[in-house]
Amino acid sequence: MRIGCALMLLAVMGLAGCKDRDASQSYVKDGKILIGEYASLTGGTADFGKSSHEGLMLAVKEINAAGGVKLGGGRMPIHIITEDDKSDQTEAINAVQKLISRDKVVAIIGEVASSRSMAGAQVCQKEKIPMLSPASTNPDVTKTGDYIFRICFTDAFQGPVLATFAQKQEWKRVAVITDIAQDYSKGLSGAFKQKFYADGGEIVAEENYKTDDPDFRAQLLKLKAANPDAVFLPGYYTEVGLILKQAREMDFDVPFFGGDGWDSSATLALPENIIKDCYFANHYSADDQREHVQAFVKKYEAEYNRTPDAMAILGYDAGRVMADAIERAGKVDPKAICNALTDTDNFPGASGFITMDKDRNAHKPLVIVAVENGKSVTKDTIEP
Amino acid sequence: MDQLSDQLIIGLSVGATYALIALGYTMVYGVLKLINFAHGEVYMVGAVCGYYLSTWMNEAGAPLWVSLLVTFAGAMILCAMLGFTIEFCCYRPLRKSPRLVALITAIGVSLLLQNVFLIGNVFGPTPRTYPIAITQSLSGYLDILGLGVSVLLMAVMTFVVYCTRTGMALRAVSFRVDTASLMGINSNRIITYTFMFGSALAAVAGVLDGIRYKVYPLMGLLFGIKAFVAAVLGGIGSIPGALLGGLLIGLIETFIKSQEYIPTQYADAVVFVILILILLIKPTGLLGKVAPEKV
Repeated sequence: MRIGCALMLLAVMGLAGCKDRDASQSYVKDGKILIGEYASLTGGTADFGKSSHEGLMLAVKEINAAGGVKLGGGRMPIHIITEDDKSDQTEAINAVQKLISRDKVVAIIGEVASSRSMAGAQVCQKEKIPMLSPASTNPDVTKTGDYIFRICFTDAFQGPVLATFAQKQEWKRVAVITDIAQDYSKGLSGAFKQKFYADGGEIVAEENYKTDDPDFRAQLLKLKAANPDAVFLPGYYTEVGLILKQAREMDFDVPFFGGDGWDSSATLALPENIIKDCYFANHYSADDQREHVQAFVKKYEAEYNRTPDAMAILGYDAGRVMADAIERAGKVDPKAICNALTDTDNFPGASGFITMDKDRNAHKPLVIVAVENGKSVTKDTIEP
Repeated sequence: MDQLSDQLIIGLSVGATYALIALGYTMVYGVLKLINFAHGEVYMVGAVCGYYLSTWMNEAGAPLWVSLLVTFAGAMILCAMLGFTIEFCCYRPLRKSPRLVALITAIGVSLLLQNVFLIGNVFGPTPRTYPIAITQSLSGYLDILGLGVSVLLMAVMTFVVYCTRTGMALRAVSFRVDTASLMGINSNRIITYTFMFGSALAAVAGVLDGIRYKVYPLMGLLFGIKAFVAAVLGGIGSIPGALLGGLLIGLIETFIKSQEYIPTQYADAVVFVILILILLIKPTGLLGKVAPEKV
C-alpha cells in the first residue's frame, strides 16, 4: 500500500515535470518580446555589468518609445529580463538557465567578461537560444557554436595591436603580469606575447595573480628587478587599480599598459600620480568627436548623468543590433533571429559599423587611451 | 640582495595583520577552548565600519587626524561590541554543551555575518575602497604601522597576562573556568573582556587592510582561515606564538610568491599544507606547551 502511494507520488511529480518542459514556447508575454540579459551588476566587475545594463536599457527605451520592433505590419515592444550573475561564473550559468527555462526568453544579451560569456554560451548553444555578447573579446566565446555572436573585436585583434603599440613606443623589453583565473586575461596575454616575440621584442619577466588577490607586491618586486621598459597588465579594473597603486608605492614607475578590461569609472578616478604613464586599449573613448559617438554620449549623459564608458556604448549597440535582427527575422523565433544576426551587415552602431563575419565576430576599430584629469583621452586609433 | 630585504618587509607587513587576527583566535581559545571561526568576519566588519566612518568623515570635511582617529577608534569600539554580542548570544548559552556544538555555532555566526553584509543595503558584494584622502596620506606608512601595532599590542598583552591581576585572573579562567569562579573571579567578565579585546584587534587589522587594499564582505573568509593557521602554527593558546605564527605565515607566503620554482598561485595551498604538517608533527605549535599553563 505504502509502496503504491510512493510510486503514485513519483508518477505525478514526473508528469508535472514533463508539463514544465513542453509548456508554451511563445517568447512573448503581454504583447512584449522577452529578451534576457545576464550581467555582473554586483561583485568584483560590477562596473562592467552596470554600464552595459544602462546602455542596453537606453537602447530599449528608445526602441519602445517608437512603439517597439517592427513586426508583421505592427510594432511590438521589447521587455528585458535582467539577471545579476554577481561576477561569478557559476551564477552566470544559473542566470542563463533561469532566463531560458523559466522566463522563456527568445534571445539573450551578455556577458562582458569572457569567462562568464563562455559559461553562458555553453547553455545558450545547447538550448538553441541566440546569445549576443556586447564586449567579450576572447576568441573562444563565439567558437562555442553558431548561436553565439558578439558585436566587438576579439583578442586576436587586440593582442597584436597592443604588441605593435608597445613597439611603436620603443618598449623593447616588456614584463607581463596575468590574471590566471580569467580566460580574458590569459587569452589576451598569449595573443600579445605571440606578436611581441614575432616583432623581435623581449619578455623579460612574467608573473601571475588570481582575481580577488589583494596583495601583488611580491610579484611586482620580481618584475621591477627585471628592469623592463614597460609592464603589460591585461587584467580587470579592480585588480588593475590595486596593482598600479602598489607599484607606484614601491617606486616602480615604468609605463603600465593593458586591454579593455581596464575600462571603468574606477580607473578614470585613479589619482594622477598612479594613472599617469598608463595606457589601455578600448572599444571607444568619450572624446571621439564623430557624430554618432557624440550623439550617444549626449543621450546617455541626459539619462544617467555621467559620461558613458565602453561597456555602456556596447550595451547600447547590442540592444539595437538585437532589435534590428528581430525585425529582419520577421518573427519572434530563436532560429530566425539567429539567422538574422548572422546576416548583420554594416549596421550603424554608435560604436562603429557592425558586420558579422563568418565566425560571428565584428571587426571594429580600437583606440588606445590614456587617462588625463579623470577623462579618457585617445592617443591612437587602429582600424581593423 | 636589495630585493630580499624588500620581500622581507612585505612578508612582515602581511604577517603583522595575520598576527593581529591570530592573537584574537589564540586568546579566545585560551579561555574557552573554542576556535572562534567567526573571528575572520569580525575583521571584515571592522573594515566595513572603518569604511563607513571614514567616508562620513570625508564628506563632513574633517581634518585628516580626526578622520583617522574616528575611523580606527570607531571601528574598534563597534567590533568590540560585536564581539561582546557574539559571545553573549551565541557562545555563553552553550558553555555547558559539548565543544563541538559551540564550534558549529561559530561557523554559523561566520556565515551569518558574511551573508548579512552581502545584502545590498548593508554593504553589498561589490568591493569598495576607502576615501582617497586617507589611502594617499597613509600610503608609505601602513607597513610600519601594521608591524608596529602588532608588536606593541603583543607586548602589552603579554605584560597584562603575566604581570597584572587581571592577567592572573585570565590565566586562572583558562586553566579551569568553574574553579576560577570559586576563587572569586568573575569568569564571565574575563571572558567578555577577552572577546572584546580580540575583536578590537581584528578591527584594527581590518581597517589597515581596508585602507591598503579594498573592502568586500568575503574578505574575512580566506584571511581568517590563514590567520587561524598562523595561530595553530605558533601554538594556539600562546600569545607570542600568535605573533610568531602570523609573521611566519606572512613571510612564507611572500617567499613563495617571490621565487621561481613554485608557481605563485600555490602560495595559499602551501599555507594549508603547513597546517597539516604542523598538526602531524607538532600539534601544540611552535611555542605551545602541552602543560596547562596557557595564555
